Amino acid sequence: MTLKIQLTGIRKAFNEGQPNRFWAVNGVDLHLPEGQVTVLAGPSGSGKTTLLTLIGCLARPTEGRVLLNDRAISSLPEPFLAPLRRQTFGFVFQRFNLIRGLPVLDNVMVPAYPLGVPRRALRKRALHLLETLGLGPRADARVESLSGGEAQRTALARALINDPRILIADEPTANLDSELSRTLLEILARLRTEGRSLILSSHDPLVREAGMVDRVIELRDGRVVSDRVRSAVST
Amino acid sequence: MSDLRRVWERQRHLIDYSAASMARRKGRNLGLLTVYGGMVFLLASVLFYSSALKHEANLLLAGAPEIVVQRMVAGRYAPVSGEHLLALQGIRGLRDVEGRLWGYQYDPVVRANYTLMVPPEGGVRKGTAILGPALARARGAGHGDVISFRGHDGVLASFRIAEVLPMETALASADLLLIDETDFRTLFGIPSGEYTDLALRIPNPREVQTVAEKVLERLPDSRAILREEMQRTYDAIFDWRSALVLLPLSGALLAFAILAWEKASGLSADERREIGILKAVGWETRDVLRMKLWEGGLLSLLAFLFGTVAAYWHVFGLSAPLLAPVMQGWSVLYPDFRLTPAIEGSQLLALFFLTVFPYLVATLVPVWRAAVTDPDEVMR
Repeated sequence: MTLKIQLTGIRKAFNEGQPNRFWAVNGVDLHLPEGQVTVLAGPSGSGKTTLLTLIGCLARPTEGRVLLNDRAISSLPEPFLAPLRRQTFGFVFQRFNLIRGLPVLDNVMVPAYPLGVPRRALRKRALHLLETLGLGPRADARVESLSGGEAQRTALARALINDPRILIADEPTANLDSELSRTLLEILARLRTEGRSLILSSHDPLVREAGMVDRVIELRDGRVVSDRVRSAVST
Repeated sequence: MSDLRRVWERQRHLIDYSAASMARRKGRNLGLLTVYGGMVFLLASVLFYSSALKHEANLLLAGAPEIVVQRMVAGRYAPVSGEHLLALQGIRGLRDVEGRLWGYQYDPVVRANYTLMVPPEGGVRKGTAILGPALARARGAGHGDVISFRGHDGVLASFRIAEVLPMETALASADLLLIDETDFRTLFGIPSGEYTDLALRIPNPREVQTVAEKVLERLPDSRAILREEMQRTYDAIFDWRSALVLLPLSGALLAFAILAWEKASGLSADERREIGILKAVGWETRDVLRMKLWEGGLLSLLAFLFGTVAAYWHVFGLSAPLLAPVMQGWSVLYPDFRLTPAIEGSQLLALFFLTVFPYLVATLVPVWRAAVTDPDEVMR
């Protein structure tokens, strides 16, 4: 089954009901077909992160609807959102949001706990993911001891543990140097070849110009100012 | 994989996560466990101790006469005459009536009052005495020693100690001194045929009230004290003493309530963020609540267990050194005895609901509030 995402008239306000209310996303209409790599670009405060959280069901729009295969997921009650967050979307946060005090392996396994997968099978899957991302030897390390690149890859492994069809990554290269950024982009390109949709936010030219990118959507003040589809995509 | 297996595995993951979460906040949880366990310990100690004392008192009263008749003159207690005793004989339902002789003697040496008594069954030879264990300990006296008291006429009366009562009887006999009837009457100047009070034996418990009414009809200048009334008085006294201990403790209880409220009214930024992360990666609200329930449940059960076991050891192993001075009563001669463990299931249940239940509610409310909020908002 294909997974297409549609955003219609999306607006998101913060500090609602207060004098300092502002619209982080202010009227966005988008259609994101499956299997594409979409980059949301734009300066800080342009609404990239907010839009990602709305797509990933981490927040609800003030106005408008987010549709997944024509089903309005933005208005679903809370119990219906958890399975989507768990298995349809994988989210990599800009600041990683790893659980401090837990080892890398446990952090990666956490999203699968509610599924009731036996520990041994889950551990095997998590270790395989960590090996794939070059973090095998760091599986037992506490996340506080990780470098930026390691933390980023741990967050990626966590996002992938339940094998989601759509991966959302907020500024995936923001905390990485150029070399680590390239490595990460290679990993993301691999995920694209597996048929996953990738929705990234970045103001890093390295990401925007990466060969795997299908589409770059430029945001400013919460509005789409340009939507550029790349003709030739290399993986 | 079967549904049951999946449910079990899910719970196992949640328990593992809860345990890891507790270990990550070791200092805070240990502090909480200490305060919480301490509260349970104090509450359980008071409950166990008062219950055990009531139990002991009831055991002692089980052998007491059903009715004790005392004579009152001008509202004050006065000796009972032989005529009073004879007047009661023949009441239907009354098996036996006997005059008792007992009184108090102040001992300036240890500044304590002793209870002197003539045992109803006799058995104490003239010029000898049988001592209660606390009295013997206070006077440093043992078998063969001589103990002396100044009588009502100023004449010194000496008694050779024939026996010291065993420790098991300490609650009833701590300050007791058993002597012969003649010695008693000489010491206190009580003429032959007069008694301190009368003990009535009634085999049928349903007739006790009727007999008491008949006693008052025949002896209008007397009062009848029923064993049931004495039991109720003992219960009331120990309940009152429990309250006396719990009153100052209420400060600590209040502190615990404030601590619980603090937990209820807000999570730390780290805890909120963690809940937001768990929700963001696909945990359901009920998963978060279950995990926190395991965490809170484990902590509160541990505190309950530690507190209760420590209280049991304190009360029944060490004879409650922290509570005895207040709850046992005020006396120079404290009985030295070990209480028989007497705990009712309802007490444990009440203690459980008073301590574990409020804590769990206080823990789960803020977690639920955070868990039903959008993850993005919680993580901000």
